[in-house]
Amino acid sequence: MDLLNNFTLIGLPYAALVLFVVGTIYRYRATRFTYSSLSSQFLEGRQLFWGSMPFHWGLLVLFLGHLAAFLIPETVLAFNSHPVRLLIIEISAFMFALIVLVGIVTLFYRRVTNPRVQAVTTRIDLIVEILLILEVIIGISVALGFRWGSAWFPAVITPYLHSLMALQPDISAVATLPGVLKLHIVLAFLIILLFPFTRLVHFLVVPLHYIARPYQRVIWSWNRKQVRDPDTAWTITRPYQEVPNFLQKLVPSETVELLQQKLISRCCKHRK
Amino acid sequence: MDVRAQISMVFHLDKCIGCHTCSVACKNIWTDRKGAEYMWWNNVETKPGTGYPGKWEDQEIYKGGWEKKGANGRISLKGAGKLRGLLNIFHNPHLPVIDDYYEPFTYKYLDLIEAPAGDDQPTARPVSLITGKPIDIKMGPNWDDDLSGTPDYARNDPNLQDLSPAEQEAMFQLERMAFFYLPRICNHCLNPACVASCPSGAIYKRGEDGVVLINQEVCRAWRMCVTACPYKKSYYNWSTGKSEKCILCYPRLEAGYAPACMHSCVGRIRYLGVMLYDADKIQSAATDHDNDSNAIDLQMDILLDPFDPEVVQAAKENGMADSTVKAAQTSPTYKFVKEWGLAVPLHPEFRTLPMLFYVPPLLPVMASLSEAKNAEQEKKLDPIAKSWNDDWLYDTSTEELWGTVDQARFPLKYMANMFTAGDEEKIKDILKKLMAVRIHRRGVTVGDIPAERVQTTLEGVGLTPEMADDIYTLTALAKFDERFVIPAAHREQAMEMMDFVGDTKGSSGFGINQVAERGL
Ligand code: HEM
Ligand code: SF4
Ligand code: SF4
Repeated sequence: MDLLNNFTLIGLPYAALVLFVVGTIYRYRATRFTYSSLSSQFLEGRQLFWGSMPFHWGLLVLFLGHLAAFLIPETVLAFNSHPVRLLIIEISAFMFALIVLVGIVTLFYRRVTNPRVQAVTTRIDLIVEILLILEVIIGISVALGFRWGSAWFPAVITPYLHSLMALQPDISAVATLPGVLKLHIVLAFLIILLFPFTRLVHFLVVPLHYIARPYQRVIWSWNRKQVRDPDTAWTITRPYQEVPNFLQKLVPSETVELLQQKLISRCCKHRK
Repeated sequence: MDVRAQISMVFHLDKCIGCHTCSVACKNIWTDRKGAEYMWWNNVETKPGTGYPGKWEDQEIYKGGWEKKGANGRISLKGAGKLRGLLNIFHNPHLPVIDDYYEPFTYKYLDLIEAPAGDDQPTARPVSLITGKPIDIKMGPNWDDDLSGTPDYARNDPNLQDLSPAEQEAMFQLERMAFFYLPRICNHCLNPACVASCPSGAIYKRGEDGVVLINQEVCRAWRMCVTACPYKKSYYNWSTGKSEKCILCYPRLEAGYAPACMHSCVGRIRYLGVMLYDADKIQSAATDHDNDSNAIDLQMDILLDPFDPEVVQAAKENGMADSTVKAAQTSPTYKFVKEWGLAVPLHPEFRTLPMLFYVPPLLPVMASLSEAKNAEQEKKLDPIAKSWNDDWLYDTSTEELWGTVDQARFPLKYMANMFTAGDEEKIKDILKKLMAVRIHRRGVTVGDIPAERVQTTLEGVGLTPEMADDIYTLTALAKFDERFVIPAAHREQAMEMMDFVGDTKGSSGFGINQVAERGL
């Protein structure tokens, strides 16, 4: 039993986290092309709505909930000290879990029944969705069988996760938890482990930077002003880079000038 | 003044014969790949007709382009944008699906050879290129070819919306029916909706030549550009999970070759040249009009005179190469668009400031039936005889001068809806100029039109005989070198051309030196 606990609650999490970090970074650097949400809406849009929308929005809420319990356990506990608030959190979390379940089951059903979507479905897609279905179902049964998760998660699970992060794994508390709960944890790490090998990497490239950027994008291959300089026209070998706008605003202009020189010397190898 | 250069194209629609050679050339080079079969970066439509994808011009359906709220308001993307795009990222309610284009298909040709002996001839059944299963073909990329007047296609043309029922009926009477062809590629806009809509920032406009490209390594299939482009020229590759679009054959341009569509054009309708524009005015040109003909005026105002010393100076200060300025001065597109005012952008009211221009067709407008003889003809019973009798041929003589333009067989309103945001006067001006050139040339070659009459005609539209001759020459006689004028490639400066993409042809097709395999 100890061996099993050690493997599933210590070995697997570390393997998962290492693979997650190394794998996703390696994949990003080596085959960036494969980073995509691989949308299949173009082939089938109606069912996708009833799958993707509840699944993602629900998951977003649940994910943030788990994250909060992990990052700010005291605040969550303090918030829950009032029974009404605890009840509200519990009920709404449960509702979102059901919403996610409806979504992911719809997605899975769509993947296996629609001939067009089948054409863009790989085995790993199905594995991921089955794992997600299992994870959600188990999560729901935990919520039903062991009420007030938002109260005991910060007290029991969070210290365990923190101990993992601190590289001093302490599983004394979690090892005594019931089987379904451990299964929920194990499946979660399994899904994390699978990230680099699946479409789930799209979660890592969520385009939030869109909010901050100007709408239009124009890219120059070379410094427009420099091209006129006969000394440099033949020497620029890499795309010319400008000091980013926000930096230009933040730091004094002399520093900008210096940075710019550095960038230029980087991009124009043979420059005197 | 921020002077930039743009490679722009002019399509002379009177010359297009609707042969689709351009589409096929493009397909052979760029989109003969899995997931791209349904894409036609270049397609040719019959107008009036619904086009490809069906009714693409109707933005109430597709939600493409920019829209302005209130008279002095700012413009925002109609179906995408920061807030809308991110909220709709899990499911984009305005995304067209493959059936709006057509399901790509092939035939089981091998069955013709390998079918076992039987009582029936073997047939090659059509199968879907997506599922591989047999399908009934319902739609193709040019399904509306030459089908003017049909209820499914021509009568559903979104450009007919402002025409009265009587006008529409008149258009589709069998004896009066007319149509023309509209070749379309990405317009490489100055205010591209596709660029603005991309959450990843994968789409960009190249500063040096204005080509709009999608970085395949940054695209993450958030699929907003497909919605945002009002011309539906950004396509989603359902296999690789990336969007793709016309690249104006930039690898060819950088090597000094014309884009494939242009190079193969049988009708020689296409002109390619450099256009200088003032980037400082883009914003106001896209905003400061109310979907009226002002849109055209503002866009024409952005385009700069390459002979103006101030412009040349500003261009040099911006690092523009001399060869580029030179190319702008000899640009055939500049002549058609600015100098002669003959070419206009397609649907300026979408506010993307398209940089491809069209010379509206004169022929379908001008031809008219000799009404007087119709009564006689009606008495004849044989309908086939009717169509063969010479009296029923269209009268394309130029005797009536302006009269023909005004009583056009083809309502000017229709053409205006396509090219000038509904302003019939602008279209009429262009058609009159085209007609004046014909009259002038007839005066020169046949000589049956009095010289004074030719002169007043030309003066009426503000052309000199020399200009008319130039227009005639560039329209009818120009050799390839005159139709295709781009600056020499600046190899030392170009970045993208350093990638040799030949090896990956057929897989990635363009741009990246990596086999474009679908992600896991
Ligand atoms: C907020 C971050 C996220 C965004 C913006 C996002 C976006 C998307 C998009 C655009 C699709 C394609 C839908 C289509 O076919 O059109 C998709 C599919 C999918 N996403 Fe996400 N996603 C996010 C987070 C997640 C997370 C955290 C998971 C799971 C751990 C996940 C699992 C999936 C799965 C399994 C699919 C495939 C659905 C199917 O077609 O069967 N996503 N996502
Ligand atoms: S026509 Fe081309 S540049 Fe313009 S919005 Fe569409 S895809 Fe973008
Ligand atoms: S190749 Fe030229 S003439 Fe033929 S359809 Fe295309 S644009 Fe028209």
